[in-house]
Amino acid sequence: MVKYLAKRFIEMIPTLFGITLISFFIIHLAPGKPTDALSEMNPKMTPEARERLEKYYGLDKPIMVQYGLWLKRVVQLDFGESFSMDRRPVMQKIWDTKQPIAERRLFITFMLNLMAMIIILLIAIPIGISSATHQHTLYDKITTTTVFVGFAIPSFWLALLLMMLFGVYLDWLPISGLKSMNYDTLPFWGRMLDRARHLILPLFVIAFGGLAGNSRYMRSSMLEVIRQDYVTVARAKGLPEQQVIYRHAFRNALLPLITLIGLSVPGLIGGSVIFENIFGIAGMGQLFFNGVMARDYPLIMAILTIGAFLTLIGNLLADIGYMLVDPRIRAQ
Amino acid sequence: MKKALLSIGILLFLFLLTAGCKQKVSIPETTAGMQAVNGQPVFGDALIEGTIGEPSNLIPMLASDSASHSVAGQIFNGLVKYDTDLSITGDLAESWDVSKDGLIITFHLRKGVNWTDGVEFTADDVMFGYKTIIDEKTPSAYKEDYLQVKKAEVLDRYTFRVTYGKPFAPALTSWGSLVVLPRHLLEGKDITKDDFARNPVGLGPYKLAKWVSGQEVDLVSNKDYFKGRAYLDQYIYKVIPDAATMFLELKTGGIDMMGLTPIQYTKQTDTPFFKANFRKYRYPAFQYTHLAFNQKHPWFKDKRVRQAIAYGVDKNEIVDVVLFGLGTPATGPYVPNTWPYNPNVTKYGYNPEKAKELLKEAGWQDTDGDGVLDKDGKPFEFTILTNAGNALRKNTATIIQWRLRKIGIKVEIRTVEWSTFVNQFIDKKRFEAVLLGWSIGLDADQYDIWHSSKTKEKELNFINYSNSEVDALLEKGRRTFDIEERKKAYFRIQEILAEEVPYIFLYVPDATPIVHARIKGIKPTAIGISYNLPKWYVPKPLQRHALAP
Repeated sequence: MVKYLAKRFIEMIPTLFGITLISFFIIHLAPGKPTDALSEMNPKMTPEARERLEKYYGLDKPIMVQYGLWLKRVVQLDFGESFSMDRRPVMQKIWDTKQPIAERRLFITFMLNLMAMIIILLIAIPIGISSATHQHTLYDKITTTTVFVGFAIPSFWLALLLMMLFGVYLDWLPISGLKSMNYDTLPFWGRMLDRARHLILPLFVIAFGGLAGNSRYMRSSMLEVIRQDYVTVARAKGLPEQQVIYRHAFRNALLPLITLIGLSVPGLIGGSVIFENIFGIAGMGQLFFNGVMARDYPLIMAILTIGAFLTLIGNLLADIGYMLVDPRIRAQ
Repeated sequence: MKKALLSIGILLFLFLLTAGCKQKVSIPETTAGMQAVNGQPVFGDALIEGTIGEPSNLIPMLASDSASHSVAGQIFNGLVKYDTDLSITGDLAESWDVSKDGLIITFHLRKGVNWTDGVEFTADDVMFGYKTIIDEKTPSAYKEDYLQVKKAEVLDRYTFRVTYGKPFAPALTSWGSLVVLPRHLLEGKDITKDDFARNPVGLGPYKLAKWVSGQEVDLVSNKDYFKGRAYLDQYIYKVIPDAATMFLELKTGGIDMMGLTPIQYTKQTDTPFFKANFRKYRYPAFQYTHLAFNQKHPWFKDKRVRQAIAYGVDKNEIVDVVLFGLGTPATGPYVPNTWPYNPNVTKYGYNPEKAKELLKEAGWQDTDGDGVLDKDGKPFEFTILTNAGNALRKNTATIIQWRLRKIGIKVEIRTVEWSTFVNQFIDKKRFEAVLLGWSIGLDADQYDIWHSSKTKEKELNFINYSNSEVDALLEKGRRTFDIEERKKAYFRIQEILAEEVPYIFLYVPDATPIVHARIKGIKPTAIGISYNLPKWYVPKPLQRHALAP
């Protein structure tokens, strides 16, 4: 077990290296340079001034050299300084040590996605199971339609409609951000409530879009499992249906879902870019969006590397989970 | 099944719970109250402005985004500034003298102005700012004006003198807030790395209280501001990256002020709610949108073809349809009712007959009867290129496409992401016509856009416009301080541009901010509304926010 994990961990290193190499070249291939935002269409900017700026950012060197320099720093866990005008260290932007943990961008994005993931699983798994056990009933059809509608609706559009309904017309929930203006003056429970109120809409939007995939996988794998002989045996020996489904079928039906969860990390991070912008949430996705627009290479690379790392960790955790629930894999 | 119901139940419960306990800032005013209460300015309350982009750097010389300049503008002042009639007036400089030959400017600074940390502002601070901006190591996009300075000297504590090699008309206005920095805090430090950019000490009407990255920038009034403490205690910028979300926040009272789009201005805010609770303002923005022709392109080399296209486009229609009437048809590269603007130039009203005539003269005729003009066997087809993500420009291009089709010209529209657009098409001069906008500085000098020497890659005369008379006039306009002389030069330039049509000047859009009605003291002028922000106030009964002790 330990040996296997160590092996998996070592395998991650070349994969991560490959991902950063490809990412680095791709973002440098995109037309435009970080100096564009500073100098484009600015009548006071001369070509000499541009050159000075490019030299300042180290963009005059060949791309291989740039990658080498970048890699050298990253190995020491230093993602460099942002190319944007504030010149702050990239790590400081993603994980600002001067702010409380709950205000740090990586934490915000991570927690939102974790919460969304938990909500998705809490809803998708029961929906999947019940649709499987009630296959072809009206309930199955309704849930199927609902989750597919959720899957098909563009999340930004749904977000705006919900904001209009709950924020403007009903005036129940705040529209954007993660806390109110008067947050600091609230008592502890008031703060918790304030946070919760701000989280409802974003979490709902992420979760609604993510239900379809998970619940459909759950349904199909459940359908497959309940046709297996051992389920028939369980029923034949007179076990109550509840026990047959949740004790015998459920565990085996869960296996494909675990892989799916591990693979969903990049999708969630990508989704963060969209909903963090709509809901005005100061997370990593919003930072990434601004970084891409400004061609802020160190920032983009840092977020991509962190994203890739989280994805690989997700895969690893999925594999470990797989081993825990499936003795067959453990034996290998 | 049961579990599914349970979780849905929990979710619903959560909804009801949170909906029940909403805590809301009480809004005391009624519609009638808001109209009636006026009276004397009083201190208190906060103005919350929505901003799409977050400021990046509060040192003005290092910032190039409008969000940063907007915030820094409340924290720093300059030696001079523009008055509401676009003349130049003193700010930190009480007065100044310009030598007869226009080469030496001597600023006499105000005495007794303090930085917010209590240290007095002196000529050394200006000198420090100047030395910093011309420093090789300072990555500032605004260096060029200061590199024209031959000599700068501190004559005494309150006198600062600069000497130029050649007379340079934009010289005076360059001594704004870009070069005023506290020497006592920054000397010997690397300003690109110092914490100052996120935690500045200024001397303007507001000072920075709190900056939560990606969320908000809170300013509080500087009680010792040399022109008197601002009435609004707080000025808060709330970062809302999505424009639709921002409008919803405006509706629910989350923000007090934002810039509206034309459709928001004319339709979405045309409701009793908005009329009662908000005031809208409208004035020409300092920018214009144009269709620029590549002067090297064989078809567009012919002046008659450019004129014909100008006749074939209906500017009024574009203003009405694209801007919902919120703009003015442009006739040249200046904003109407500003001193360099020449109202008496050739105007190209919509006249398709004349357009066809001119095209015929230039040899364009529909010989094969397919509805598209042709010459030497080639149909008249060209592409208008513009940047993606700007709906106004795309709509404008579409209308032009439709109008030009009527005079037998086939137009394709292509939109490209900004960075790609500039690098691959503008810089390489790979375009036939582009639809773009220019922001116009408050000074009339447009040397970089029209002078024939400015056509290299990355320079701004990317259409390769070249006219020796315009070159001479541009040179003349920036080398004299005499406003009448300058006016003559710029008037003539506009006549030539109108005759030669290197660009079709389409429209000057209006800026359309909206501000909550409880905020009083706003007086719109040619330079907008925010110039007198420290004088804005909220009458006591209407105040909403109190400063936390």
